[in-house]
Amino acid sequence: MKELMLGNKALARGLWEAGVKFVSSYPGTPSTEITEEAVKFDDIYCEWAPNEKVAMESAFGASLAGKRAFCGQKHVGLNVAADPLFTLSYTGVNAGLVVVVADDAGMHSSQNEQDSRHYAIAAKVPMLEPSDSAEALNFAKLAYEISEQFDTPVIIKMCTRVAHSQSVVETGERVEHAKAYEKNIAKYVMMPGNAKRRHPIVEERTRKLIDYAETTPINRVELAGNELGIITSSTCYQYVKEVFGETASVLKLGMINPLPAELIKKFAAQVKRLVVVEELDAVIETHVKSLGLQVEGSNLLPRIDEFSQNLIAQAFGKKTAAGVTIEDAIPPRPPVMCAGCPHRGLFYSLKKRKCTVLGDIGCYTLGAVPPLSTIELTLCMGASIGATHGFNKMLGKDSEGKTVAVIGDSTFMHSGMTGLANVAYNQSNSTVIILDNSITGMTGHQQNPSTGLNIKGDPAGKIDLEALCRAMGIERVRVVDPYDLKACDTAIKEELAAAEPSVIISRRPCALLKTVKHKPPLYVDADKCIGCKSCMKIGCPAISMKDGKAVVDATQCVGCGVCSQLCPKKAFASTKEA
Amino acid sequence: METKNIIIVGVGGQGSLLASKILGHLLLNEGFDVKVSEVHGMSQRGGSVITYVRFGDKVYSPVVDKGQADFIVSFEILETARWLSYLKAGGQIVTNTQQIDPMPVITGAAEYPQQLVEKIRAQGIKIDAMDCLTLAREAGSQKAVNIVLLGRLSHYFDISEEAWQNSLKANVPAKFLEINQRAFELGKTFAS
Repeated sequence: MKELMLGNKALARGLWEAGVKFVSSYPGTPSTEITEEAVKFDDIYCEWAPNEKVAMESAFGASLAGKRAFCGQKHVGLNVAADPLFTLSYTGVNAGLVVVVADDAGMHSSQNEQDSRHYAIAAKVPMLEPSDSAEALNFAKLAYEISEQFDTPVIIKMCTRVAHSQSVVETGERVEHAKAYEKNIAKYVMMPGNAKRRHPIVEERTRKLIDYAETTPINRVELAGNELGIITSSTCYQYVKEVFGETASVLKLGMINPLPAELIKKFAAQVKRLVVVEELDAVIETHVKSLGLQVEGSNLLPRIDEFSQNLIAQAFGKKTAAGVTIEDAIPPRPPVMCAGCPHRGLFYSLKKRKCTVLGDIGCYTLGAVPPLSTIELTLCMGASIGATHGFNKMLGKDSEGKTVAVIGDSTFMHSGMTGLANVAYNQSNSTVIILDNSITGMTGHQQNPSTGLNIKGDPAGKIDLEALCRAMGIERVRVVDPYDLKACDTAIKEELAAAEPSVIISRRPCALLKTVKHKPPLYVDADKCIGCKSCMKIGCPAISMKDGKAVVDATQCVGCGVCSQLCPKKAFASTKEA
Repeated sequence: METKNIIIVGVGGQGSLLASKILGHLLLNEGFDVKVSEVHGMSQRGGSVITYVRFGDKVYSPVVDKGQADFIVSFEILETARWLSYLKAGGQIVTNTQQIDPMPVITGAAEYPQQLVEKIRAQGIKIDAMDCLTLAREAGSQKAVNIVLLGRLSHYFDISEEAWQNSLKANVPAKFLEINQRAFELGKTFAS
């Protein structure tokens, strides 16, 4: 049946058709929907793992048990899972094991735009790269065949434009696959003696995979004249076809590691001008150059950001339409914390106390934008706590009394716990604030080990954050409601003043959760409002100034009341009481 | 048929994903090749968002570039102005006139430009500017802004009323169908 399907959903469909039994992932844009769609199939066991490393190890355990398994993550997630990946290349698999990494060229929702193709090369594992939803589905199935035929994990590399675009797919039926587990110490125990014997097997496997790449139909030549030949893959293939149609020859690579040297040489011999069109790093181009071929790419195209049809057209000297504009300056519309976001009150309190706030990855990164402008560091998952520890160790009393780490509940579970262990063990006088909004927010509401619910929303194990912190040796652990500015201020003041490490848990569920009941919207009594703009300091998108008075947008306001605590004239009132 | 391009723009959280879902369903049923590209994650938090819908005999790129959009469907007038350069010469705009202040305007760092509809029209651009929020409320729910916009867009398509209705039915919950059908009609019959 023909269907319009999101790339990530199509990939999940491919997993199901391939007979996958086990999926374990940690959410991360643009990879999240693969696992969210996979869980809709009853014959796949799915879970959110605390982080990508655990997800990959769990998926491997399932493969070892003889069931086809999967884990998906965004590009930076693969950094976390790199440790098992590199050695899984040596052990190989039992039943097929496929890993998705979703890159985010253009950084729509990421802290960097690293090119994950380097991982496939470095770990010596095959990598497939679909260019639309139909390929996402079919490549998922093919990846399991390759995984089992060559005894290797296989990476499928997605990108934002494939993951989050819908295109037409034809679906098929599920075929079951299973193997038995057999004890094999030489293959699976990677101590030096065994690993030394596995490494030559990996090198031999790569040679066989190159032969496979030379003939696989997912690497295909579309000949159209001999003037220009373009080597490309992924979404770049779509842009190239959009610009050139049938006026340039194309070598479309579906498998980008290892690369087919002979196929590339043969293609190069058929065209006068050879160009590689690839987003981010010059991975294919460098390989083509290493074959001694004359090739262009980096001289024409940027090595940053995502491409588009216009960008490629312009690189080849073709004219593109500029489009109309008007003269007015259009103010930017950056993302903001939602109306009623529980993080807002906490950040306001930190700003008021002039704290140095070292942040982490999540919605609360938005605490760095005006008017709050409070967060001074965002690096990677869990870094807030490690960085605060090092910062305080070096600056001592100069920073201990005003520096805090802020980290979300899901991020704390992901990789904040080990940072806190370091604070407790190596005794820095650090204050850690866990922003517990009872969900993984930014990626669109996924459960985590501290929410008490599993991926299906059913009751699951629940880690008690207070007990966990105390068990690590942090004696000062307290909970505050971030809607209560006074309580926030007191907690921050007291914990920063304490001469020992402490944890503040700022606890209130995300305002967007369906289970959260909102109060009626507030309104401003214009007679009382003196236009002092005190309420504007919290950067709530529901409050603006009209004719010198504050007004509340009733369609956005959820009645959290943080603004009213700042008003010197008590001008805010609930529409319910009016 | 040459590929037709639509961009749907607005503020994160306004409901553009449902609009693109209905369009995608409709166009696929009409026998076109279709691609729809969306943005998830960070920019959904009240930021400026754009969704691309492309259809024709064979569609390659999932995105629409500057100067290529046959239609801009916009949920907010500042966003219409922001993405104006994506309109093709002779293209049509269908926009909500609602103003939602972005944070730089709220903090006083920038001003919300005035009379945007007039300024766009002065460039010789075809623009249907509708107070969709009022029309949606008239239909029964302020959440139906997206369907009012689709109703107006349908006015420019050579696709049967029945086909549009089928796609509405297939994509909105049954209990909201009547509201959405009214919203669609109000948009469709809007006198520009």
